[in-house]
Amino acid sequence: MIADYLRLATGSLRKRFLRTSLTMIGIFIGIAAVVALISLGQGMQDAINAQFASVGSDKITIQGASAGFGPPGQDTAGSVREDDLRIVRQVSGVAIAAGRLFRGLNIEYADETKNEFVASLPKDQKERDLVIEAVNLKIKHGRQLKPGDKGKIVIGYNYWAEELFPKNVPLGANLLIQGKQFEVVGLMDKIGAGRDDAIIMNEEDLRDLTGTKEELSAIFAQVAKGETPSTVAERVTRALRRDRGQKEGQEDFTVQTSEELIGSINTILNVVQAVFIGIAAISLLVGGVGIMNTMYTSVLERNRDIGIMKAIGARNSDILWIFLIESGLLGMAGGAIGVALGVSLSKLVEIIGRQVVGDLLQATFSPTLLIGAILFSFLIGAASGVMPALAASKLPPVVALRGD
Amino acid sequence: MKPIIELKNVWKTYRLGETNVHALQGINLRVEQGEFIAIQGPSGSGKSTAMNLVGCLDTPTRGDVYLDGKNISAMSESDLAQIRGRKIGFIFQKFNLIETLTALENVTLPMTFQGIPEEERLARATALLKQFGLGERLDHRPNQLSGGQQQRVAIARALAIDPPVILADEPTGNLDSKTGKEVMEFLREMHKHHGKTIVLVTHDDILATRADKIAFLKDGQIINTKKVGGNHK
Repeated sequence: MIADYLRLATGSLRKRFLRTSLTMIGIFIGIAAVVALISLGQGMQDAINAQFASVGSDKITIQGASAGFGPPGQDTAGSVREDDLRIVRQVSGVAIAAGRLFRGLNIEYADETKNEFVASLPKDQKERDLVIEAVNLKIKHGRQLKPGDKGKIVIGYNYWAEELFPKNVPLGANLLIQGKQFEVVGLMDKIGAGRDDAIIMNEEDLRDLTGTKEELSAIFAQVAKGETPSTVAERVTRALRRDRGQKEGQEDFTVQTSEELIGSINTILNVVQAVFIGIAAISLLVGGVGIMNTMYTSVLERNRDIGIMKAIGARNSDILWIFLIESGLLGMAGGAIGVALGVSLSKLVEIIGRQVVGDLLQATFSPTLLIGAILFSFLIGAASGVMPALAASKLPPVVALRGD
Repeated sequence: MKPIIELKNVWKTYRLGETNVHALQGINLRVEQGEFIAIQGPSGSGKSTAMNLVGCLDTPTRGDVYLDGKNISAMSESDLAQIRGRKIGFIFQKFNLIETLTALENVTLPMTFQGIPEEERLARATALLKQFGLGERLDHRPNQLSGGQQQRVAIARALAIDPPVILADEPTGNLDSKTGKEVMEFLREMHKHHGKTIVLVTHDDILATRADKIAFLKDGQIINTKKVGGNHK
């Protein structure tokens, strides 16, 4: 029976091809937008989660409250200090803690100067290991910095592979940083997430260059085995609050576990996605109204067909089903085109995004999303068709037959 | 003989603005099983209204309509649809085929609504279309067929569920005289050799004489009923 209804419905849609296509535009734009936005958002979340997974969930980051998600290297992140680091080290449950300093400095190479991000490595070898693990610093060529190195640097992937400067910087080359010469001893592997433009140097060198003594940009702490990161983070918060004489809720610093960090990034991504999907939903609503309009027209035009079908034995429910399936198909066809369009769109954004921001922007297509989008558009179509289909099914056969 | 269709004091009143128009005014009509009857009358005489009632397409304002002993006057639209689908085959002046369906699909449609399995539907529809010389035209759509061919598809459709009653509304009105004659011969054949009850609605007095009995309709009333014995010419 359903197959027969389908045949009747597709016949009618084919006959009115132009109108069918125009009607579908409303649906497929909405579905394309939803598919593109969700797949890109999901891809971005996956990429971020993967990066955090490589860091591990036993890390705590302490920063000045102003640091937040601001661009790295900006001098606003200065409200943690060496004193704080000493306090953090004494908190029970903290296995090891290390301070880092980040600054945006002028880098000169091949007659070009750029302001780029320079980060420090602490003196102590264990602390260095913690930082290297926490930010995923892997050396591809050359060597890692040693604690005693002076005037030596390790450079990010984009310096030696992506022509950040007019020509790629080779191993052993010299860069001028704030006018002072530094030798490249190591080339870092690709990290992504906009961190491939960074330069790493020993903390003494960076302090000499910037004239800072006690200031730190961030403190990384590793939680001792068997301790819960959130409990230790709470202890760190309390210790720092006590030291600074601040009340709860008025801290000028933040303490985040890697889980919390990923959670807050995901929350932001979800909010952004929700807003965009809301906008796309308006397009779907308009598409649905378009289908309703087309179906009403179709009912009017096919009064005679309805009359004939009723004369030869079609019940009201038969007519209702035929029109519901027809409008559902309209929605579904629009949805299928929309899914194809959305997939291409997000692939395109991914390709362009890779050039601009690196691997962070990638599209993930789950079967649930693709099949769900098509099913959803079928439902929109069918729902929009309910009223016209009811109108069609209730037409008295005599009146319908006269509609000629 | 037992009547297959019976109209008892049937009134049909339409409301046109402020006035009531009595399309049928107390009609009594008895159609025996296996009878070939013509309802004849000029336009405006109420014959379309009468046909709608006989064909269970409409219910009377007053009075009773019996089909095969059942009073259909107060039935719901869906019940009427079921009865029409099983008992009555329609042949219309304008063929009334569904344009988006092929000849074969048009003929299977009444069987679809009766829930007959697809294999059986296809076999029966194919056989009927072949019988009417349309074996080569199964996949043609109505707009690819001539008027005569379309009417033959419509006749095949009317016979699809093998109904006891065939209701033909000006079946030759849109056909040339030769094809029209073929259609009339077919109706007689269905009547004579297959025992079908035929109700022919026409304004044409020559056509009407092909029936066994003619009911003359004028101003919503049957003014005369006469036996003609079937003109075979």
